[in-house]
Amino acid sequence: MSTLTTTRNPRRSKGPRLRDGQQIPNPAVRGLKGIVLIVLCAVVILPFIGIVSTSLAPQDQITDAGGFVLVPDGISWEAYRSVLNGGVVTQALIVSLGITAVGTALSLATTAMLAYALSRPALTGGRTMLILILGALLFSPGIIPTYLAVRQFQLIDTLAALVLPTAISAFNVVVMRSFFAGIPGELMDAARIDGAGEWQVFRWIALPLSKAVLAVIGLFYAVGYWNSFFSALLYINDVDKWPLQMVLRTYVVNGTALNSNDLGVTTTEALPAQPSIQMAILVLSILPIVIVYPFLQRHFSKGVLTGAVKG
Amino acid sequence: MSSSTAPPSRELTGAGGEKPLELRTAAKTTLRQRLRRDKVLLWFAAPGMLLLIGFHYYPLLGNVIAFQDFLPWLGVRGSEWVGFANFDIIVNGDSAFLTALVNTLQITLVQVVFAFPAPIVLALLLNSLLSERLKRLVQNVLYLPHFLSWVVVVAVFQQFLGGGGMLNNMLRSNGWETLNIVGNPDAFIALLTSQVIWKDTGWATILFLAALAQIDHTLYEASSVDGAGRWRQMWHVTLPGLKGIIILLLILRLGDSLTVGFEQILLQQQAVGTEASEVLDTYVYNNGMAGGDWGTAAAVGLVKGIVGVILVLAANKAAHLAGEQGVYQK
Repeated sequence: MSTLTTTRNPRRSKGPRLRDGQQIPNPAVRGLKGIVLIVLCAVVILPFIGIVSTSLAPQDQITDAGGFVLVPDGISWEAYRSVLNGGVVTQALIVSLGITAVGTALSLATTAMLAYALSRPALTGGRTMLILILGALLFSPGIIPTYLAVRQFQLIDTLAALVLPTAISAFNVVVMRSFFAGIPGELMDAARIDGAGEWQVFRWIALPLSKAVLAVIGLFYAVGYWNSFFSALLYINDVDKWPLQMVLRTYVVNGTALNSNDLGVTTTEALPAQPSIQMAILVLSILPIVIVYPFLQRHFSKGVLTGAVKG
Repeated sequence: MSSSTAPPSRELTGAGGEKPLELRTAAKTTLRQRLRRDKVLLWFAAPGMLLLIGFHYYPLLGNVIAFQDFLPWLGVRGSEWVGFANFDIIVNGDSAFLTALVNTLQITLVQVVFAFPAPIVLALLLNSLLSERLKRLVQNVLYLPHFLSWVVVVAVFQQFLGGGGMLNNMLRSNGWETLNIVGNPDAFIALLTSQVIWKDTGWATILFLAALAQIDHTLYEASSVDGAGRWRQMWHVTLPGLKGIIILLLILRLGDSLTVGFEQILLQQQAVGTEASEVLDTYVYNNGMAGGDWGTAAAVGLVKGIVGVILVLAANKAAHLAGEQGVYQK
């Protein structure tokens, strides 16, 4: 039986991934696959190259090309210099970095502690709390009621409005709870016999054993805060408190031109072309994601999330 | 703090409700004793639960303004109660509301047909790659757009496909007709769908790839012995292996039928006008938050929320009847 499959798949032993019985496609199919994959990757990567190139291209090249450059002639930091000069964009960058740092810390701490408490068997009220959390997954209160609550809590035009309403994700609590519940009970019991309280067990046993899941969920929270735009649209009227995504929407998506006043430029020298300024803002809002991405993707293959989704 | 007294009783009752034989008093702890025992853990849970209740359950009460002629400066207490008057536009089928409803369902339909199967096809393609390294490389590239915000995605599409974007600049410099894609009401649904495909297809393969990895290898071997070619293996082994996860995700998508890319659409509404782009969520936002017609908007939001929950429950029921696991079990 196995000799039959071996003769039909002469290359079977070479590719360890190749499953028994799955046949080798012919060269034409493989070539076609290669082309499809290259096209797909290009569709994702080309825009990034175009954006970065335009933000760095010399001014006259942008004017010649009519606004968009794929291969820059040289490198000019002009656009970044004007954007990071202390104007609207700089301010928004600080706000975004701030809410991302504070928000992620808050979200991760509250999520981990809640999930840990719920992972303990026979916690008083644990069942009720779990039902409330699962219920939150099923329905959301709606845009207007949430806005009214935020208004009632006096959070309009405060940076807290960008953090608190989205601070805890029921889904993440469920994921982390199932992770904590999987830690062998003997480890915790041993610590308790040695006189450790719940805090010590949590801090010195549960957390160190959950580094991977903490990293993934923390990064997901961080990406969420960094990318959040709608909270700012709803709750923030004061331009000084705008996060970067709002700036991006106003000056890039809606195309409002940035003048020297917005940029905090006091000299009368000519500003860089709008396309390069816009692309510089775009690059700044993508950059942190690209920086954390390698850390994130290390965990994709470990199935931390997919395993959790299946319960 | 209380750890000196707490552990013994915790151990006994914590064993999962079976009455400990030697200490019957421990099983009959009063609520007060149990609260004392779990004090530290309850403090652990408090901040998270407070946030959840404050920003998820408490706002639900705010839905009462659907039955009011709500005026922000009067508040919920001061506004006049009007019964079901706000629901008139739903019952009588106000034209702006109907436009939003029809657009929403149209977009859902197009996305279920085009965007939903895309990751399945991509996952099958990735799964058939022989080189593990190549597969991982492609995955890492295609996952990236998922982590970008909608503002970025919309901006990227504008820069490439917009009137002054790269594609049209190229066409223009060659003396060809330009393509009117961004800002064209007729192409709006196609634009939305292609954005969704660009952003999330790669990421969505993650679940299908996990399911593919769990298919029993011996099935391929056996079918091969029986003379099945690649396509027959795909049809008789691979696709049945994916059936469960496909149904699960389809349920979740259909349960969300009334929710279609709110941020994504709001960002692009100016360019194409409301006739082509108004959906239920933007209707609620534009009429309530921006337009000041709070009661009506809240009524639409409330009905949408209730219908959404019914849809999820119904889809799940249907999955149970079809013999699948669904989102949750009883």
